[in-house]
Amino acid sequence: MALDPKKHEMPSQAPEVRAHNFNEVALGYTAELAVAEANRCLNCKNKPCIAGCPVNIDIPAFLQLAKTGDFEGAYQVINKTSSLPAVCGRVCPQETQCESKCTMGIRFEPVGIGRVERFVADWHNANATEKAKAPAPNGHRVAIVGSGPSGLTCAGDLAKKGYAVTIFEALHKAGGVLVYGIPEFRLPKAIVGKEVETLKELGVDLQTNVVIGKTLTIDELFEDGYEAVFVGSGAGLPNFMNIPGESFKGVYSANEFLTRNNLMKAYNADPDTPVMKGGKVIVVGGGNVAMDAARTALRLGAEKVSIVYRRSMEELPARREEVEHAIEEGIDFQLLRNPVEILGYKNPDNPRDERNGFVIGARIQEMELGEPDAKGRRRPVPIPGAIYEMEADTVIIAIGTSPNPLIKDTTEGLEVNSHGGFVVNEDGLTSRKGIYAGGDAVTGAATVISAMGAGKVAAKAIDEYLSGK
Amino acid sequence: MYSILSKKVLNPNVTQMEIEAPLVAKKAKPGQFIILRVDDEGERIPLTVAGVDPERGAVKIIFQIVGKTTFVLGQKEAGDSIADFVGPLGRPTEMEGLKKVCIVGGGVGCAIALPVAEEMHRQGIEVTSIIGFRSVDLLILEDEFRACSDKLIVMTDDGSYARQGNVTVPLKEMLEAGERFDLVLAIGPGVMMKFTALTAKPYGVPCRVSMNPIMIDGTGMCGGCRLTLVKEDGTKVTKFACVDGPEFDAYEIDFDEAMSRGRMYIPEEKHAYDEACNLFKQAKA
Repeated sequence: MALDPKKHEMPSQAPEVRAHNFNEVALGYTAELAVAEANRCLNCKNKPCIAGCPVNIDIPAFLQLAKTGDFEGAYQVINKTSSLPAVCGRVCPQETQCESKCTMGIRFEPVGIGRVERFVADWHNANATEKAKAPAPNGHRVAIVGSGPSGLTCAGDLAKKGYAVTIFEALHKAGGVLVYGIPEFRLPKAIVGKEVETLKELGVDLQTNVVIGKTLTIDELFEDGYEAVFVGSGAGLPNFMNIPGESFKGVYSANEFLTRNNLMKAYNADPDTPVMKGGKVIVVGGGNVAMDAARTALRLGAEKVSIVYRRSMEELPARREEVEHAIEEGIDFQLLRNPVEILGYKNPDNPRDERNGFVIGARIQEMELGEPDAKGRRRPVPIPGAIYEMEADTVIIAIGTSPNPLIKDTTEGLEVNSHGGFVVNEDGLTSRKGIYAGGDAVTGAATVISAMGAGKVAAKAIDEYLSGK
Repeated sequence: MYSILSKKVLNPNVTQMEIEAPLVAKKAKPGQFIILRVDDEGERIPLTVAGVDPERGAVKIIFQIVGKTTFVLGQKEAGDSIADFVGPLGRPTEMEGLKKVCIVGGGVGCAIALPVAEEMHRQGIEVTSIIGFRSVDLLILEDEFRACSDKLIVMTDDGSYARQGNVTVPLKEMLEAGERFDLVLAIGPGVMMKFTALTAKPYGVPCRVSMNPIMIDGTGMCGGCRLTLVKEDGTKVTKFACVDGPEFDAYEIDFDEAMSRGRMYIPEEKHAYDEACNLFKQAKA
């Protein structure tokens, strides 16, 4: 049988249709497509894909089972190392991880590993009848701070080993960035809800509305009898550019804009939590969060959405598929551009004009790529005099976050680095005995899968620490 | 779910409730706030803690009915419950080293000022309170303030009760007469805090204000509550009311910007409020 040089295409909603709804863009493979795509795996000897996966899923093994139509078997292989397969199949940047190492990829397109992973996870969720069972308790208690990808993973791994695990979530709903940050059209919230339910079946206790560092401190958790704590408190406060005009009405951090939509459902008709809709929208930044914000603004009814990014298309840090989807949907890319001022309305004759203080645009500086920086990325430098104005009714700033200070400020002896991230060793152990950390709270804004990887590493270390105790 | 333990209507627009939230009751200190959601579709709103009873696990909140959420909350009775209640958030009022303080409360802001005044009084700090209301119908907490203040001055804008005028009038008189406070703490509407700061500044007395910007998570994630602080040398610094506040140096706050940001969703808020009122009227009819 001749090998298909290309990945089987992902069935998707047409761009002109999906630009107006919040339903998932990618519809998922059919069983036939999943088998056909799995058949593209050469089952090569050295299996480089496994090393490309932050949690080292045995990719060839699950693909071999998927080839035969044993989707439950394939799911079980993934489930051994990944606690959130339906999530990762959707949001992992496979092109820089497993698929970038695929042997097929040397001459052809790599195997669509993420797409098959997504299919088998969805197949399992739709067809599996057996509920997860809580194992016999081993008598140890562990507290998890935050219910994002690292916390959920750490909780799941420990619960499977018999630990009594409590997750403390600051918001009213579990899932962290998976519910407040990543939009419905990329990751349906029902999928996150399902993963959380599975953890509860494993015996994990979920306490929402508890802010660790405020409602309870880490030290109080130890006093309460928890023997180890994993901190997966997430990325934290949004960064702003420190340019004039960032406090005009209609300027949002991406965190706020996305939280209003995803967690608080501002896209519904007559929502209790409003968000500015329509008009012209500028999104500053080039990561996944910027793409999510831009595509959300489009779906809310914007007439034009522009991504303003200071480097060029090659350096865009967002997941390839999201950039492609954004382009297909008609998002405008203003590359090698950087805002230097946000402009607001001011009626000189009427201080009570209700439009006063709302955004009307931005002054944009054209950039060119200069010498490479320490990381080897060519640094954008302003082209003297090349400044123009863009109109905007909403400006969304998606240029990253800085770690949340609440836990650092209330936990003595917990070391942080110069960026405010927790200092951890290779096991995720912080400078304090029994306190582990992982995910964005350590690395700064990164990916779901790397946070999961950190949760996994910490779970293993916590198990070794407590079982040896 | 969080139970409503008690409810008391303080005036036609202002209601007091005690919510059962033992962890918050144990921790909350004057100056801190909570965030609540009334029901599953509801928005998250911040309210400053008006008092706690740790024994009963009760947290007191006092709120003015200004929009849909507070309207719906105001319809609830003791024995009902609300979906979410989280806190305590923000930093408590700093009281260390204070000996003599002037607390200036405006309208429903008095509800936030009261626990601060009570705690200061308990610590032996000399408390002068100035509380102001638009008119006598809106007067709240007078007896409570009298109990914890060495001196209490009540003001009404329209002169319908006590002294006529706004809160800055007696403050200016006292400062002009040579009264020295270690701190003037103003809590109330933005414009009242702005003018309290302008009144106090020429006298070189430290002045702090409690800011209440629009907020979503309240834990340092969304950045919606950002405020601009203008330092003495003119440099501007962005701070977040939820984790850096809610109290700030009154002389640094850009009040005009904060007040403008607070009005961002007026049309949406008005629409939601009208809808809620209509639904309620229909249900009653």
